[in-house]
Amino acid sequence: MSYWGFRKVMSVSAKALPKVLDDSIDKAADRLAADQISAVIERLLYNEGGARLKTYMETCAHCGLCSDACHHYLSNNKDPKFSPAGKVRQTIDLIIRKKGNVSIEFIKRACEIAFTECNLCRRCVLYCPFGIDVAYLMIFVRRICHQLGVVPKFIQDTAHSHSATFNQMWVKEDEWIDTLFWQEEEAREEIPGLRIPVDQECAEIFYSVIGPEPKFRAQLIYQAAVIMNVAGMSWTMTAKPGWDSSNMCMYTGDHEMTARLKKVHFEAALRLKTKRIVMGECGHAFRSVTDVGNRYLGWKAPPLPVVHAIEFYHELISNKRINIVQKFDKPVTFHDPCNIVRGGGLHELARGIIDKTCEHFVEMHPNREHNYCCNAGGGIINCGPPYTSKRVRSNRVKADQLRDAKSWGARTIIAPCHNCHGGLEDIIKFYQLDMDIKFFSDIIYGCMDKNHPLTTEAIKKY
Amino acid sequence: MNRSDWDWSPGEKIIADLQQWRKNFHEVEAPCVSPDGERIAAVVRMQDAPSFICETKSAWKRGFDKIWGLRFLPDNRLLAIVSAAGKWTVAVEGVPWENWFDFVWDVHVCGAGCNIVAAAQNGGAYFAVLDGIPWRSAFPSLSNLTLSPDGRHSAAVVQTVPFNSGDVFQFRKGCYTVARDGNPWPDNFLNIWDLTFSPDSHSIAAESRISVEDYTIVVDGKPWQRGFLSVWKPLFHPFDHSVTAPVKIDKGWSLAKDGEVIWQQRFFQLWHHAYSRQGNHIAAIAAPGFGRWTIAVDGKAWPLTFNHLVTDMVLSPDGERIACIGKTDAKWHIAVDAGCWDGSYDMIWEPVFSDDSRHVAVKAEKKGEICFVVDGVPLNDRFVSAWDPVFGPSSDCVLLKGITRNGVYVRHVFKLAEYNIQ
Ligand code: SF4
Ligand code: SF4
Repeated sequence: MSYWGFRKVMSVSAKALPKVLDDSIDKAADRLAADQISAVIERLLYNEGGARLKTYMETCAHCGLCSDACHHYLSNNKDPKFSPAGKVRQTIDLIIRKKGNVSIEFIKRACEIAFTECNLCRRCVLYCPFGIDVAYLMIFVRRICHQLGVVPKFIQDTAHSHSATFNQMWVKEDEWIDTLFWQEEEAREEIPGLRIPVDQECAEIFYSVIGPEPKFRAQLIYQAAVIMNVAGMSWTMTAKPGWDSSNMCMYTGDHEMTARLKKVHFEAALRLKTKRIVMGECGHAFRSVTDVGNRYLGWKAPPLPVVHAIEFYHELISNKRINIVQKFDKPVTFHDPCNIVRGGGLHELARGIIDKTCEHFVEMHPNREHNYCCNAGGGIINCGPPYTSKRVRSNRVKADQLRDAKSWGARTIIAPCHNCHGGLEDIIKFYQLDMDIKFFSDIIYGCMDKNHPLTTEAIKKY
Repeated sequence: MNRSDWDWSPGEKIIADLQQWRKNFHEVEAPCVSPDGERIAAVVRMQDAPSFICETKSAWKRGFDKIWGLRFLPDNRLLAIVSAAGKWTVAVEGVPWENWFDFVWDVHVCGAGCNIVAAAQNGGAYFAVLDGIPWRSAFPSLSNLTLSPDGRHSAAVVQTVPFNSGDVFQFRKGCYTVARDGNPWPDNFLNIWDLTFSPDSHSIAAESRISVEDYTIVVDGKPWQRGFLSVWKPLFHPFDHSVTAPVKIDKGWSLAKDGEVIWQQRFFQLWHHAYSRQGNHIAAIAAPGFGRWTIAVDGKAWPLTFNHLVTDMVLSPDGERIACIGKTDAKWHIAVDAGCWDGSYDMIWEPVFSDDSRHVAVKAEKKGEICFVVDGVPLNDRFVSAWDPVFGPSSDCVLLKGITRNGVYVRHVFKLAEYNIQ
């Protein structure tokens, strides 16, 4: 089977999606005045709807070739409402045709479609003969919703957290620093002398994570610290805002806050005169740092090199900065996260790590840039519990993919992205797949030689 | 910081042998040095023992469970955040403040008397502590802590209205404001960031988001009349109390004063503006187009641009000269007065002007070595680690502070004339 080949996508019986109740959408939309809606839309179309929007809207031939690319469409029994072009038709197309004169009910539905029925995964772009970026069009709809204040509650709360704290989980400044000290203390039990350097000027690496790590997954900071220390890297984290590279504002259509967050992140790394940013295993954060936030701010490329954990781990293993002493012995499969594979091209490096660290590898099909989204991405998982059931039901194809990989022996899924973890966990539970999920750092931490002498470049420096 | 009292006699002075520290202690963290270069200190540990501060020749007698944030004050005293028995405080020269807290962080120093302010938390309540004295009021959260130029007032962004997780409607009503010395402004805002005190320490200006789509500058609690698409950090004029800030309008950035746009030019980006000492010039880092970076002075961009970024802009004391660091094609350059010095580096630190504004010195890194450049002339000294250069009070000599390849910390004063720098 070729790498992009499709094993048969098994169909599961069609059930109507549960009615979703997010009172914040109703509450916010019901306060809108009709002229307010048209005024906001008119302003955004005029100021921000440039040639790209016009070209896409005027080029779409409604051929439907993008439909089979979308997991929402496939998982909802090919209901045309869920096809990429169908979502465009129900939202931005009508908005433009009606010159912004749309009803409150329309805005509520457009909000639901743009925020919870499209992951901005860009799979459909690969299949459109014109390369129309439906994700861009859905972000435009989200932008309108944001400016109208009609955004699903849970993701809006996350965006509010970003704006107030510069991290997505309302982590307070002292809680963050305390977490670093705590993880350092724990890890020192295992690796004597281990350090998590904080605000260390001139380190080679500025290591950034995302909000959920100090909140729920502190073990990832521990593992990163072990890997950095054993590899003898010159690295630092910051005690100041800017430690969180995530960016849910990118998904709520809040471009101004997206830019502000990236400024804080980049300036934290620049202030410490570090040479590059290494990011933890997150997909959307990578997109926000390397492709979106930098451009909003006027930087063609990020102002200093940005390296995703996949590239970094691959480098450490290839350069023998860390040595794998015993490979992970259970068969694994790999979920290609949209933002770092379709968006970032890191699929072969990821397979390079698997090759060096795992005994048995089962490809998921389709894979690489053709992989299906986990359905958590694009901020859908951040829309929270009101949409969980809809979200998992709308990704039956991912369950089929996983089931297929499992039938070839895979019990463990490696997914180097936080959102993918959340999305896949829900799918595994709902479809009773009985599989477990790991980050690369879980695998590497478990397989590496931790007795490698501590030869930090920082020590050599003085 | 009275630099006239420092030792400016030319020559090299060995201050400490860090190799010896390494032999004496199990762990030695990254050291810091005093402004005059006479002292060097680092947090050190013996195995499973508390942390100590080793200073120049020997370790202090008193240890703490944890020490971090080690730094020298402008008057050469040593400050650290320390913890004992689960409580935290600030210690100066090893002497802790009387009050201890559940956590302490974000230390700022200002004023002739080197006043110190830190953020602190006790039992989930947040406040600032100025020279050991906590604010009388505490808040559910605190950030953006700032100290006034005279060192006598502190301010921070505080949350004044608690709200439940997910209560997006309460958040939008505005739950944050600025507290000055613990007293909040009467009005709340959606968001408020980046506080700045006026030169006389009486007023405070800040960036604010006043609605989902409107940003503006707030001065002493009063927003400017006009909202913008976005704003960056405001500054007070050195004398006339007006406030300027970069603002985004009509798809471009410009500079506004007291709410009115004062520069005709529009930039793709504009930030980090600064006044000359007399207040007659304003310079800022600017992007005249997407992916092109330079300096704009009084609204006019330099013809010299960098394709990656411009950072670390510094105005000379007389306000007539500007130096900055630019990056093009992954290499760092030094730009002074719209011209680029020869040579490129792997990293360059913030430029330093002499008091008479005639000379510029920078610390730079090339191929793993730290070197210095003055007025475009590379100096001979090479270090593995070094601190910013300091000009002598008469602007005719420079103090270099660095650790040599042998692990020795040296303080080196040389006359500019040695390099024929006039
Ligand atoms: S971007 Fe992804 S989720 Fe959205 S329509 Fe295209 S394929 Fe479907
Ligand atoms: S494949 Fe492209 S042109 Fe065809 S319907 Fe989809 S977006 Fe339109």
